[in-house]
Amino acid sequence: MDEVLVVMEGIEKSFPGVHALSQCKFELRPGEVHALVGENGAGKSTLMKVLAGIYEPDAGRIIYKGKEVEVPNPRAAQHLGISMIHQELNLMPHLTVAQNIFIGREPRQNVKFMLDEKAINAQAEQVFAMMRLNLDPRIKVADLTVAKQQMVEIAKALSFNAEVLIMDEPTAALTDTEIDELFRIIRDLRAKGVGVVHISHRLEELRQISDRVTVMRDGKYIDTVKTQDATIDQIISMMVGRTIFEATPEVPEHPSEEVVLEVKNLNRGNVIRDVSFQLKKGEILGFSGLVGAGRTEVARAVFGADPIDSGEIYVQGSKVHIGSPNDAVKHGIGYLSEDRKRYGLALGMDVEENVVLAAFKKFLGAFGRVNRSKTRATADQTVKMLAIKTPSLQQKVRNLSGGNQQKVIIGKWLTADTNILIFDEPTRGIDVGAKSEIYHLLNNLAQQGKSIIMVSSELPEILRMSHRVVVMCEGRITGELNIAEATQEKIMQYATQRGEVLLADQPASTSTPLGDA
Amino acid sequence: MEAKTAQKPSLLRSDTLQRFLAFGGLIILFIVFSLASPFFLTRDNIGGILLATTVNGVLALGVTFVIINGGIDLSVGTVMTFSAVMTAQVMIIWQMPVVVGIVAGLATGALCGTINGFMVTKMKVPPFVATLGMLYITKGLSLVVSQLKPIYFNDAIIFNQTAMGSVLGSIIPALDPIKNVVLVFFGAALIAAFILGKTVLGRYTFAMGSNIEATRLSGVNVDRWQTSVYMLCGLFAGLAGVLIGARLNSAQPALGAGYELDAIAAAVIGGTSLSGGEGSILGTIIGAFVISTLANGLRILSVPQEWQIVVTGTILVLAVYLDRRRKR
Repeated sequence: MDEVLVVMEGIEKSFPGVHALSQCKFELRPGEVHALVGENGAGKSTLMKVLAGIYEPDAGRIIYKGKEVEVPNPRAAQHLGISMIHQELNLMPHLTVAQNIFIGREPRQNVKFMLDEKAINAQAEQVFAMMRLNLDPRIKVADLTVAKQQMVEIAKALSFNAEVLIMDEPTAALTDTEIDELFRIIRDLRAKGVGVVHISHRLEELRQISDRVTVMRDGKYIDTVKTQDATIDQIISMMVGRTIFEATPEVPEHPSEEVVLEVKNLNRGNVIRDVSFQLKKGEILGFSGLVGAGRTEVARAVFGADPIDSGEIYVQGSKVHIGSPNDAVKHGIGYLSEDRKRYGLALGMDVEENVVLAAFKKFLGAFGRVNRSKTRATADQTVKMLAIKTPSLQQKVRNLSGGNQQKVIIGKWLTADTNILIFDEPTRGIDVGAKSEIYHLLNNLAQQGKSIIMVSSELPEILRMSHRVVVMCEGRITGELNIAEATQEKIMQYATQRGEVLLADQPASTSTPLGDA
Repeated sequence: MEAKTAQKPSLLRSDTLQRFLAFGGLIILFIVFSLASPFFLTRDNIGGILLATTVNGVLALGVTFVIINGGIDLSVGTVMTFSAVMTAQVMIIWQMPVVVGIVAGLATGALCGTINGFMVTKMKVPPFVATLGMLYITKGLSLVVSQLKPIYFNDAIIFNQTAMGSVLGSIIPALDPIKNVVLVFFGAALIAAFILGKTVLGRYTFAMGSNIEATRLSGVNVDRWQTSVYMLCGLFAGLAGVLIGARLNSAQPALGAGYELDAIAAAVIGGTSLSGGEGSILGTIIGAFVISTLANGLRILSVPQEWQIVVTGTILVLAVYLDRRRKR
């Protein structure tokens, strides 16, 4: 009954300036799915990287199958049967699926330096068969969806005969059906006696997949509970150390009827099909739908980041031409990308420089000289207004947490006098505490008369924040709901309404992994 | 659905098409020049194009590995020169046998490449800077060793005679314009294609260029393999040094700078991606032929050499532009 696969005890790990793990422990049984949760920076990934041989602990013991072991590097972990699937997928996009799975231990020909490509593909097929997965080992990984790439990572782990599989945020980028497929594979593994560690921010998923939950906070072990014995609210309060989450939606103020942005018959290839909508002053308009429904594409098109085939855009009632982000900014539209680090911030620059970046012209003096006292004053004001937690204005943005980075971007667009803000997944990768701060901020902005489009894959977020909800599927707008009439079920129904076939009278058949929080 | 289109490895993204693009370009060049001048499509001129491609082609083979690996090697031109000088030093000044001279040239190249690899992997100097340093170092060393003067292979005349002879021509007289150095080039290309396509080194060259961190985490000793890639590139530069020495019957210490750019251009025209992970030997060979055919054809049409360079630059940008469009 109490058979144990892995025990970690007294794990300590420090990085320069950070005590990442202190006296951490963890236990994994064979055939269980063990969820590891905690806010960003709680030390979940660090702890698992110790187990996977990526970090060496400063102190502590790892007991594997009853014996104390050392895990000096990933190779050693894999040989023990411990595999980790990282948040950033560790694949070589230019290589094929099979080549990725067997990288570093390719079957060879009789001549030792020659590869046996046939054997590589055959062995990959065997692994897929075991996973009940239909995938061609000869496809290049770059041509796969993120979900399929993840399957490749799992296949790679299994090809080491992994008995411990650690998954760091595996569902972050998956659609619901893909999550179902992933969970199916996880359950198969569990049935075979594999111990699975599931690190996730999506607490709603825990109930579906995990047997036990371990909570961490600030590099410390908090508690381990059986999933069925705990409510999500209990887990959250363990994570944050206080109860902060008001489960009831914040009642949004009623926006005015003044239309600030109108999009008519927007088209781009198959991706955006005849999309029309209106955005009112002081309104938060939620864009819901499955991943790949075309929401981000619409946002980017309105912002001028991608070309469109046809369509008209009106700002404050007058027709405008938006051919580039520069045009959009001139018309007071700001876009906050889901990939903050890549598109939203100059990570190597400091807070002050980032805040004034989009409105540089405002701060130029004679001969193009930047007026430093003005930029400092503006940045200072922004930091105070948005409650950005930073030691100074000169802190490099790279060193801020996800939530504070998001605030810096918001500050940047506010400084640029934008009235229409398009948020693409505003809380992706942001921990629970910072999330509710971002929500408050969005509400404040709306009350101040800013108009907000919020693209989000999380239904609870959509329902909590929006005045109105637009639902997309396959490039079309399939439904529009006032918040009063919107429910998860209705949104899911629209979100899965494909092509000309009307599924309106059928309830969404998939279980809703977006949960019940 | 997006998911579905993403899964289909469409023809438009395949490597085959990239080769086809470069190859198509080469064929177009041949057709245009053939129509423009009766002197272009002659046996001797084709032989001349093959000969002119040899040295740059061999350099480009090595550079292709480094670029696929995600790096760059700016030193191949001067490493080539240094290898030629060392070959001459051993063969002429020290009066050693021809074979020893050739081995010395190859070893010089491989050593320079290994040092490049060491700088990149152990000293963590970015490839651009490390190999730029090696460019200067070998340029200087060539001048030091040769004492600023060309060294002629007149005392080992067999060296030049073998290189510029034609084994093929002695069997089939019509193939006489195909010199032995050209055969060496094709042989080297075959070996390069084999290494890149069939061996562990080739696989890791792609893997590291595609995602070095993932490769490292997979337990591959990336430092060692990366050093091997630079060493291989140096070895090809050494071979190019031996070939150019044999062809010119002299080691010219002032030569070499600028060759690295032609080599990189050949690889890029042939579809090798400067961001790593993509490329092929066949593409590089086609790229090398595009450059030399262009130069040859324009010369026949009496276009001044300075304009040939302008056209080469334009073609380079055009090739990469078409590649980008294809991927969009």
